[in-house]
Amino acid sequence: MKEVQTLENNIAVLNQTERISGSEAIIKCLLAEGVEILYGYPGGAIMPVYDELYKYQDKIHHVLTRHEQCAAHAAQGYARISGKVGVAIATSGPGATNLITGIADAQIDSTPLVCITGQVGSHLLGSDAFQETDIVGISTPVTKWNHQITKASEIPEVLAKAFYIAKSGRPGPVLIDITKDAQFEQFDFQYKKCTSVRSYKPVPDTDEKTINAAADLINNAKKPFIIWGQGIILGQAENILKSVIEKTGIPAAWTILGASAIPTSHPLNVGMVGMHGNYAPNVLTNECDVLIAIGMRFDDRVTGNLQTYAKQAKIIHFEIDPAEVDKNVKTDVAVLGDAKQSLTKLLPLLFNNSHPEWVQKFKDLYKIEYEEVIKNDLHPTKEGLTMGEVLKEINQQTKGNAAIVSDVGQHQMIACRYANFNITKSNITSGGLGTMGFALPAAIGAKMAAPERDVIAIIGDGGYQMTIQELGTIFQQRVPVKIVVLNNEFLGMVRQWQQLFFERRYASTEMVNPDFVAIAKGYQIEAQKVTKREDLATAVKEMMQCDGPYFLEVLVEKEDNVFPMIPTGASVSDIRLG
Amino acid sequence: MNEQKLYTVTIYSENNIGLLNRISAIFQRRHINVESINISTSEIENVSKWTIMVWLTEERMKKIIGQIDKQVEVIKAFYHPEDETIYQESCLFKIKSDLLFEERQIQNIIKESSARIVTVNRDFFVIEKSGRKDEIDLLHRELSVFGVMQFTRSGRIAVTKDEMKISTMLKALQH
Ligand SMILES: Cc1ncc(C[n+]2csc(CCOP(=O)(O)OP(=O)(O)O)c2C)c(N)n1
Repeated sequence: MKEVQTLENNIAVLNQTERISGSEAIIKCLLAEGVEILYGYPGGAIMPVYDELYKYQDKIHHVLTRHEQCAAHAAQGYARISGKVGVAIATSGPGATNLITGIADAQIDSTPLVCITGQVGSHLLGSDAFQETDIVGISTPVTKWNHQITKASEIPEVLAKAFYIAKSGRPGPVLIDITKDAQFEQFDFQYKKCTSVRSYKPVPDTDEKTINAAADLINNAKKPFIIWGQGIILGQAENILKSVIEKTGIPAAWTILGASAIPTSHPLNVGMVGMHGNYAPNVLTNECDVLIAIGMRFDDRVTGNLQTYAKQAKIIHFEIDPAEVDKNVKTDVAVLGDAKQSLTKLLPLLFNNSHPEWVQKFKDLYKIEYEEVIKNDLHPTKEGLTMGEVLKEINQQTKGNAAIVSDVGQHQMIACRYANFNITKSNITSGGLGTMGFALPAAIGAKMAAPERDVIAIIGDGGYQMTIQELGTIFQQRVPVKIVVLNNEFLGMVRQWQQLFFERRYASTEMVNPDFVAIAKGYQIEAQKVTKREDLATAVKEMMQCDGPYFLEVLVEKEDNVFPMIPTGASVSDIRLG
Repeated sequence: MNEQKLYTVTIYSENNIGLLNRISAIFQRRHINVESINISTSEIENVSKWTIMVWLTEERMKKIIGQIDKQVEVIKAFYHPEDETIYQESCLFKIKSDLLFEERQIQNIIKESSARIVTVNRDFFVIEKSGRKDEIDLLHRELSVFGVMQFTRSGRIAVTKDEMKISTMLKALQH
């Protein structure tokens, strides 16, 4: 990767005023914000910026993805593993609309992105000019903020604001659309970082009384239960959460996006909640007396039927976004504010405690889940390979230190259920939008942001073919990601629903697949296919030892189902084990 | 809590292109039909004031206010039930001039409703009335009997009986 500029250096250079073009100013703004890598695809309306990217290629690394959707997903992967703002860039019209899926994904999963799109010249706006599209209008419902620039002089202030808004408070994607004439226009450039916006309050004030009330409820609880979400990761509150859990002895579960914030091996980590989460935390959600939700938003995939969700419990909600409070679940105590700050104030008010009988209940239910589900997933006795045993093998060989980037479907649920995590920000998946095709480009971004880490993409044969063209990006950039395709020759998750709820009418879910190994090899990516259990361990070993990118296809049982499962509309405590 | 009421949503915001789209999307996404919307300058320089009328349960109203409030360019959003606001709507009627002379009753209606004649020419005359919704409805009904060439009513504008804490809030924001 290229020479790394320090932020101080970049800002020092920028402190003088100088007369430059709008497009050069865009690059200087990115440098001032510490951007080292951006993902994108050129085209007519963004060409002046690409011309500057050419001139600045020793300072900022542009990665040419093979589709703009993947530029957005790569920027997401970059942001999710690093906590920094991911940057994607595209031309007007189709380039801009291709970004939308990634932007929508970032919006619902609170990922900080700045997306820059070129736009036709301002004199052409509204004339249905070639490749004109109202991208500000189109992206409005899926962005935290967006803005169209028609004059070069607006560029520094608007881009500074874009980075500030994307990153602060509850993060999210920002789109800045820049007309071509603004890119060409010369102006006196000066950059100032944005530190506040008058109409925008990123973090709400925390009322001390709510912290006291929360502490009271927790200290008096007999069966307290914590569910944490991605807010812990976004707010860098992992350590303080761990201290709270350990001091109070409260069992704690996570939402899919909260995974990896506390190591899998922690004795009070009781697993995942939600539709395909673990048995104990789902069942006992409806038995706890105080439910402490931290940085999570009670998504319907987490709560199942709201009418029967934790009705017996007092509910405490630690939340940075006031609009999330009482949105789905009525709270008894809402602690607004940043998770890290709130938990830091809470900790000294909490009693040292332990709840051995209550924790035992989680262990008992785990045993049931183990016998009914986990044993068959991880130590199958039947002939066909299971997705679970592939994850188990990866766990063993990476010792839980890899970052796992999963796509969407059965393999995603298996990956999130069984992957071991020692390090935070290690579970990168499309949670809220459930975007098939996310994993391969997101893994590229993640690996480039954290080159020292092992990044393993776990993908289904369906989702893999939604963004398979990114093998080209991996090839050109030599990104050493590990790609594992769990091939069941079906759109497995949909097939599972067809089996369970549509009497096995497998409408358009069977896949006739190409020779994936040959395709990978076409990109000079080392590749192999495993069809037998006895070959799995060596194949994973070979993959992990390979210096470059690696493609591993594992042929798994065609008609396996993911359990436990809360059928849509059912109560969390009615979770099925089979 | 579960019965629908007519609420007045008041939004103080920056005056930026695109915010109208953003706010209307919040309603559209949830399949909510807005009764009326008015955007104007406010008592504070460079701050826009929106008045949106909408039928909702209070529970939904609260959630929608949360969604509006979190938009970057919204300074603050409030909601009030009708009895906590002082409000006016205004309307225009265009009527054939003949009727003014042929139908005596029309002149009485105009007088009693304290509507105002804006213009009269040989073909038509235009009357204007500001007032509460029911007053305008009544006038509309009464005049419709004689035939109305054109009718239009404005969105509601409203001020609250209680103080809006917005100015103090803005000062605090301008650190
Ligand atoms: C872009 C997109 N289209 C459709 C879906 C609906 N969907 C959810 S899971 C799934 C099947 C995924 O199949 P595959 O990638 O083979 O993974 P598997 O479930 O077999 O592990 C589909 C079609 C989706 N989530 N995203």
